[in-house]
Amino acid sequence: MDRLRVIRTSTFQLTLLYATFFALSITILAGFLYWSTIGYMQRQTDATIEAEVTGLAEQYRSLRLLGLVRVIRERIEANPDSGAIYLFADRNYKPLAGNLDRWPELASRADGWYSFRHRTRRGDVAARARVFALPEGLVLLVGREIADLDRTASIFLNALAWGGGIAFILSLLGGVLMSSNVLRRVEQINATTHRIISGDLSGRVQSRGTGDEFDELADNFNRMLDEIERLLSRVRHVGDSIAHDLRTPLTRLRNSLDEAARMDNPIDARQRIEDALADADGLLRTFSALLRIANIESGSYAGDQQRVSMRVLVEDAVELYQALADERHVLLSASCSADGHVCGDRDLLFQLLVNLIDNAVKYTPEGGRIEVELAEHAQCVVLRVADSGPGIPAELRERVLDSFYRLDSSRHAPGNGLGLSLVKAVADYHGAVLSLGDNRPGLEVEVRFPRGDVIH
Amino acid sequence: MRLLVIEDDTEVAAFVAKGLEELGHTVDRAADGKEGLFLATTERYDALIVDRMLPVVDGLTIVQTLRAADDPVPILILSALGEVDDRVKGLRAGGDDYLVKPFAFSELSARLDALLRRSRTADAPEVQLQVEDLVMDRLARDVRRGGTAIELKPREFRLLEYLMRHAGQVVTRTMLLERVWDYHFDPQTNVIDVHISRLRAKIDKDFDRPLLKTVRGAGYRLG
Repeated sequence: MDRLRVIRTSTFQLTLLYATFFALSITILAGFLYWSTIGYMQRQTDATIEAEVTGLAEQYRSLRLLGLVRVIRERIEANPDSGAIYLFADRNYKPLAGNLDRWPELASRADGWYSFRHRTRRGDVAARARVFALPEGLVLLVGREIADLDRTASIFLNALAWGGGIAFILSLLGGVLMSSNVLRRVEQINATTHRIISGDLSGRVQSRGTGDEFDELADNFNRMLDEIERLLSRVRHVGDSIAHDLRTPLTRLRNSLDEAARMDNPIDARQRIEDALADADGLLRTFSALLRIANIESGSYAGDQQRVSMRVLVEDAVELYQALADERHVLLSASCSADGHVCGDRDLLFQLLVNLIDNAVKYTPEGGRIEVELAEHAQCVVLRVADSGPGIPAELRERVLDSFYRLDSSRHAPGNGLGLSLVKAVADYHGAVLSLGDNRPGLEVEVRFPRGDVIH
Repeated sequence: MRLLVIEDDTEVAAFVAKGLEELGHTVDRAADGKEGLFLATTERYDALIVDRMLPVVDGLTIVQTLRAADDPVPILILSALGEVDDRVKGLRAGGDDYLVKPFAFSELSARLDALLRRSRTADAPEVQLQVEDLVMDRLARDVRRGGTAIELKPREFRLLEYLMRHAGQVVTRTMLLERVWDYHFDPQTNVIDVHISRLRAKIDKDFDRPLLKTVRGAGYRLG
């Protein structure tokens, strides 16, 4: 895995974005902390100085020049190391009292707040002071050494820079770690996909068993592959069946033509050719049924969707087959307890009915009976076609829906083995559920259609 | 009759044209939609046979164009195997009938005959139909042969009515399913044959001359 790929992954890019936001929020938080602690201390100092200036100005008004000089001296003596700075000067800024030996170098001499370097025995110290003009040109400067405050602030800023930097780097590292982890699992899926693309369908993605979303993805992916494999084997089965089931009629067709070619009597030859034509038509019908099933199953069928009364279709289909059933001495009856409106394609639905009834007529022995029933439930229209024929063993009921699957017992019966497949395709197309059951004796086919007059 | 076959598959076109010429029709052929549309709009034909999928101009477009110009010429649309379900579209576009390839020539000629007859007898629905001594009164729903009344079920009546309207013509099983039962589907068994034999029992049984004949490999013919 090359390093650039980690940087290109979406996880890493997300982490980068996240780290940036994280650093930004730390900065804002720290700014607020700085303002509320260091700022607070600065404001406190300023307030103290301001109070002192006001106090000393008051003293000057009541005790005049000498009084103020004395008060300042007393304050300095009382607390020589407090860091307090006092300077009382005349109009030429010559010191009269205070713990500064001369007027400091300030940006200006007007009233206001100043920051400056203050020389003491301990060396240069940062200080902050307020200059206040008294009457008669006298000037008062009151200040505080703020070295401690400065040091606190710089420690704070240092901690902030380091902390923020480390947090940013850590989250980046976390991002790389996370992305490479994600990348590894995606690579695994990719590798499997490549194997499948190159033709090996047996490949599966391993799941860790942790049940996380990657496991879910792997499971879904594997399920999809299973489905593809199942479909492929079905296609293969259909292919094999086509080859197998079409061989007989093709051979017959070929033999008929062969015989016809060798016949001297044109009337006999004509008979053979007509046989051959009938076989060719049968083959074409099989192909057409196959294509039709494929067309319906693939969803590319573009029929007419309309509201269809199943009752009308059942009555018409039963009427169509009544004559055939009579001829075979099979009792065919229909009972419709409702109109059974279904939304769908009239011709396809009729085909479904015809296939079911045709099957029933084909397999029901003389003297048997076939019942076609239509009932309406709250959510569905139920069509039931039941016969008294041999039925289908329970374990084979699913298989008879596959194309070309025929029970061994019905091999001799006419048909192409596609009848029920077409029924299944039409049922699926209409969102209906097809189920085969036991009519004791016989086969019972039930199709549950969603009702066409109810909004689902 | 003068017919135009618009079909790009030369084999199918030759097969159709040859068969139709043998029946005594004059046949023009066009191998693409543009040429076909040109011929159809400049010449007079009694019927057109149009393939659904054509180079340059599509078959359905030809039909729509002709219908938009109020050309009532009967049109039979051909479509490839497996496109069974485009039938609705074909008929909606203005086609009069629809046939899926490959087809038996007898099916094509039967359908074509039905189309040509329909355009000749246009829209005059006769009240009384007669084929030899078989007479049908459509309003009274009364059928008599040689003066003897024949009892028919409603579907048998419709079946006979269709056969009588196309008397002397071959009518195929699928045509009957489409026109008499009004469903387009693939019958699994020759379920129509049973209905025909029942009808035959009613109209032919007691008479010397059978009217309803089976045409081998094609269908049925009345009269």
